[in-house]
Amino acid sequence: MLDRLITPFAAGPMEQFEIFPIVPLSLGGLDISLTNSAVWMLIGSGAIIAFFFMATRRAGLIPNRVQSTAEVLYEFVSDLVRDTIGTEGRKFFPYVFTLFLWILIANLFGLIPSLPGTPAATHVFTTTSHLIVTLSLALLTIFIVLVYGLWKNGAKFFKLFAPSGVPIWLMPVLVPVEVISFLSRPLSLAIRLFANMFAGHVILKLFAGFIVSLLGAGGAFMVFGIAPLLGAIAVTALEFLVAALQAYIFAILTCIYLRDAAHAADH
Amino acid sequence: MSVLASLLTAAAGAAEAASSHGGESSSAGLPQLDPTWWPSQIFWLALTFGVLYWLMAGRFLPSLGGAIEERRDRVADDIDQASDFKRQADQAEAAYNKALADARAKAQAIAADTRAEVDKEIAELQAETNEALDKQLEAAEARIAKMKADAAAKVREAASDTTRAVVETLIDEAPTDDAIARAVDAAAQA
Repeated sequence: MLDRLITPFAAGPMEQFEIFPIVPLSLGGLDISLTNSAVWMLIGSGAIIAFFFMATRRAGLIPNRVQSTAEVLYEFVSDLVRDTIGTEGRKFFPYVFTLFLWILIANLFGLIPSLPGTPAATHVFTTTSHLIVTLSLALLTIFIVLVYGLWKNGAKFFKLFAPSGVPIWLMPVLVPVEVISFLSRPLSLAIRLFANMFAGHVILKLFAGFIVSLLGAGGAFMVFGIAPLLGAIAVTALEFLVAALQAYIFAILTCIYLRDAAHAADH
Repeated sequence: MSVLASLLTAAAGAAEAASSHGGESSSAGLPQLDPTWWPSQIFWLALTFGVLYWLMAGRFLPSLGGAIEERRDRVADDIDQASDFKRQADQAEAAYNKALADARAKAQAIAADTRAEVDKEIAELQAETNEALDKQLEAAEARIAKMKADAAAKVREAASDTTRAVVETLIDEAPTDDAIARAVDAAAQA
């Protein structure tokens, strides 16, 4: 019975993460085929570009609705960057803004329900539910932090691992701790986003699967289908919050790491 | 972390069960851990993210920032202008109040002057009138005194005549004027 519940006759909870090639492509021996994941990256970025194209097409003193929305996003991320990094964070604003929007839209678009009965390759795909994607973004952030930190502070950047005012005998303990904490930053960034998206979609799928199997079981079981339905609704609402929150967390942590890089010498 | 691990294990188990159950040809385990599609994902991520960053940094954000900046400047300008107008209005009000106070002071001075002049004129007129009245009074008194003296003289004459007539009738002898005068005086004394 349990087996029937967690493996309903509908697709399993992991199938939503499967990648299908749509247009095979290769570059220097690497397979860079256009996949369903790539299609959803293009849809997300395309939607963002279309939105901002409309928002800035007639950017005026008195904004229209689209421009107002874009300006709210602009001010939100702008304030975040200024409050966290300071005035020297201005040059990172486009990066943090792009990062925030790319992740936000990837997370939100992943919540669009797929049409039942359509081929798996056309199902909605959450690009941020793949660790390689979030890890790439996290490594990009840490790469920028490292390059900027070293460019701005030179060798003093490594004072990040040895804060001043700490007694010298504590250094052998503290420095490894600081180094490990620095090295774990990209991993924690990547895994936090990936795990949230992954777990949320698995839970949604499991609830949905329960509904289908309870309905399939027929009779009195059909009545119990209401419980996973309510659960699925609640989790969907929660996932909207998580989608926005995780994009925000990724952006603010990027800002905090950049601030550390900017002020490493002052430690 | 342990939650994630247990979730991954449970999910992997479920996926395995699904593939054995459903007959789907996908490899067992998490699709995320299959390196086949990693290069493709990284490539398309870099492409979409790069293009988005390029458009944001080069076009959309400067345009939005420019619009926001322009609006802020405009509002600041308008506020400046408004405070300018307010200052001008304050100045105008101060000038108006000063003019009003001046005018009031001038009016009070004019009123005081006029009052003093009028008072002086009234005093002069009063003095003149008093003088004229005094003169008239004096003249009248003099006239009254004269009339009184005349009347007294006439009464005395009448009394003398009457006395003479009475005495002539009584004793048939005309008294002397001195005697009559004494008698009249004596009667007037009584």
